[in-house]
Amino acid sequence: MSSPSPKKQDKEEQKQKAVKAGEGKKGQGKEDGGSGGGGEHGAAVKKPTTKAERRALQEAQRKAKEERLAAQGKGTAKQTTSTSGGGAKRSQASKGGEGGAKLEGKPLEVPRPTRQRNSSSSTSVTTDDHRPNKSSKSSKKATEQQVETGRRVKQLQLFSHLQQYSKAPSSPTLPWHSVSTYTSIHPAIIKLGLHYSHGVICGSNSRCVAMLAAFKKVINDYTTPVQKELRRDLDAHIRPFINFLTHCRPLSVSMGNAIKYLKREISKIGPDQSESEAKRLLCATIDEYLELYIVKAGTEISKLCQNIIKDNDVILVYAFSSVVQRVLLDAHCSGRQFRVIVVDSRPKMEGRHMLRTLVQKGVKCSYVLINAVSYIMKEVSKVIVGAHSLLANGYVMSRIGTSQVALVARSFNVPVLVCCETYKFSDRVQTDSIVNNELGDPNDLVQINRRQGNFLTGWKDIPCLGLLNLVYVITMRP
Amino acid sequence: VTVHDCSFDIYSVGTISGLRAELKVATETLIKARTSTVSVSSGCELFLRFITMTSLEGQNDFEDLRRKLIKRGDMYLQKVADSRQKIAHIANPFIRDGTTILTHSRSRVVYCLLKEAMSSGKRIKVFVTASTIDNSGEEMHQLLQDAKVPSKVILDSAVGFIMEEVDLVIVGAEGVAESGGIINKIGTYQMAVMAKALNKPFYVVAESFKFVRMYPLNQGDLPNDEKYTSVNSSEDSHPYIDYSPPQYITLLFSDIGVLTPSAVSDELIKLYL
Repeated sequence: MSSPSPKKQDKEEQKQKAVKAGEGKKGQGKEDGGSGGGGEHGAAVKKPTTKAERRALQEAQRKAKEERLAAQGKGTAKQTTSTSGGGAKRSQASKGGEGGAKLEGKPLEVPRPTRQRNSSSSTSVTTDDHRPNKSSKSSKKATEQQVETGRRVKQLQLFSHLQQYSKAPSSPTLPWHSVSTYTSIHPAIIKLGLHYSHGVICGSNSRCVAMLAAFKKVINDYTTPVQKELRRDLDAHIRPFINFLTHCRPLSVSMGNAIKYLKREISKIGPDQSESEAKRLLCATIDEYLELYIVKAGTEISKLCQNIIKDNDVILVYAFSSVVQRVLLDAHCSGRQFRVIVVDSRPKMEGRHMLRTLVQKGVKCSYVLINAVSYIMKEVSKVIVGAHSLLANGYVMSRIGTSQVALVARSFNVPVLVCCETYKFSDRVQTDSIVNNELGDPNDLVQINRRQGNFLTGWKDIPCLGLLNLVYVITMRP
Repeated sequence: VTVHDCSFDIYSVGTISGLRAELKVATETLIKARTSTVSVSSGCELFLRFITMTSLEGQNDFEDLRRKLIKRGDMYLQKVADSRQKIAHIANPFIRDGTTILTHSRSRVVYCLLKEAMSSGKRIKVFVTASTIDNSGEEMHQLLQDAKVPSKVILDSAVGFIMEEVDLVIVGAEGVAESGGIINKIGTYQMAVMAKALNKPFYVVAESFKFVRMYPLNQGDLPNDEKYTSVNSSEDSHPYIDYSPPQYITLLFSDIGVLTPSAVSDELIKLYL
């Protein structure tokens, strides 16, 4: 049972225990973020006898631990990795850095809970001292996993600097996020975050549009607290929402730019404007941003591309891009005769969506997987792809697989055209795809439809095997 | 270029938009008449833009406006007439003493440049391709002989053979595309590819009015009416121009300065602004 008991209840119990047990060292490592432990104790609240029993047990364990600590002369905070159902380390789960901090060089004592130094994140609740640690932790590699129930995944050393994937559970409660923060997040943002995390809303433009719509709701529901100014407080009000969204899925460049714009607009509000007026103004600027930078930009791009698509062209597109879809549909409506080859790849298979919409409008389409792209390329006259963002050095950041298609096109002398609205431009300079990327769910890669059976299902148990699901790639200019 | 001035004085229309329409008609006539249509169309477009860039407010009298436009037109023509000399002056330092130069067909800008190099005391040797579609290479050879530049005519097919002997390649252009590539007499593309293969610098000399807002992705993207001469029909005749992509071009010399192909699109935006 992992219902997140309210944090206050948790603290109260802790305090009670402290009073009863008379331990001064209570505060160590037991506090905040402890929904996992809280869950257990939450259950225990209803049955005091059970609680007392467990407390007694815990005391005994704690004493034993103290003796051991004293013996080894290390008086640091002890934290166990909680292996209980709800006890995931949420905030740590997302920061990849602590992977290195874990088992580095610490001797493992098999029957005892492993001691760890969590340097990076806030301390977590020590829960199950009385449960012997499931020490399948035979390996001491810094990159090795923590086999918790579904939350953490194996880390690859090369990508340990990136935000590791941690999927939000589909249950409406979010035990992997700190409870107190959760209650103060606007429901529209929570809904949005879950949509992102589960891949319901996917794609640079749609994510940005959905986010701005949610922010409009947030602004409308916002009331300035007494003694505070809207233009100063709203920024602080939004910040935890943005953190939450980043936590669900790292922000895209388009979203980042939109947020920067929104913050700028908030700061431009005059101090003497009434709240309702300011809100109305902000919503109007958001609408204007959407209209100008996303909708009209798409129209302009489509207009430019009309001259590029000629009769009897064979156009290759990769996966799904809303801009490219618009270009092709507009060209088709204006009567051009051309055919399209849609290239698709696992695990997302976004090309199917593109294919469906094109076929519905009557465009002649073919569909191949990315492993056939060098076979099909000789028929192609041009390649048109969308982009996640355009970097300052002219490189394109887009869906994984795009650079492969572009390279094959180049070797066949096929021109590659990229359609990207200006609001997605980034001032970053990146020369490879490793320094900055997004990691997707490695479990998505497991499903291989093969007659011989799916040999990747047990990948977590194989110590030398890791699955890597990158989301973006950099396509370079020649 | 010399036809621009005629177009302007002829028309006696009463309104600005009427004037514009007349100028457009004139442009179209010019394009149909001449063979080097890319430079004519881009030149006309830029000419139109340049003269109409004056402030039009406070002009009650149409005659006043006309006079002002004519003045600007003259200014533009003067600028254009000087540009060849300016380019020759800019590009001269790139030709060193004792270099062997390969050029293609007949280009007045290249001729101007070679003459300038000769007169600044350098010893140069020139190979000219015959450009057999209209034998304009022979004309170039004649011009160079008259200017006392040692030159020799070679077959178009001998470009690969001669490339190892030359030090650099200089060609003119009929149009400079937005990509930085050039549109020039047929045969330029293969010369560019050969130069790249043998690591010889490939220079282009072109006036700024030849910069055109076109972005061809391949040879097929060149507009058909500019490819073939007005005399022949497109089915039987041979294309007259081809497109050399920017990756084969080392530098472009124009009256706005020395540009790399990637800088062309920037300059183009400035010109059309």
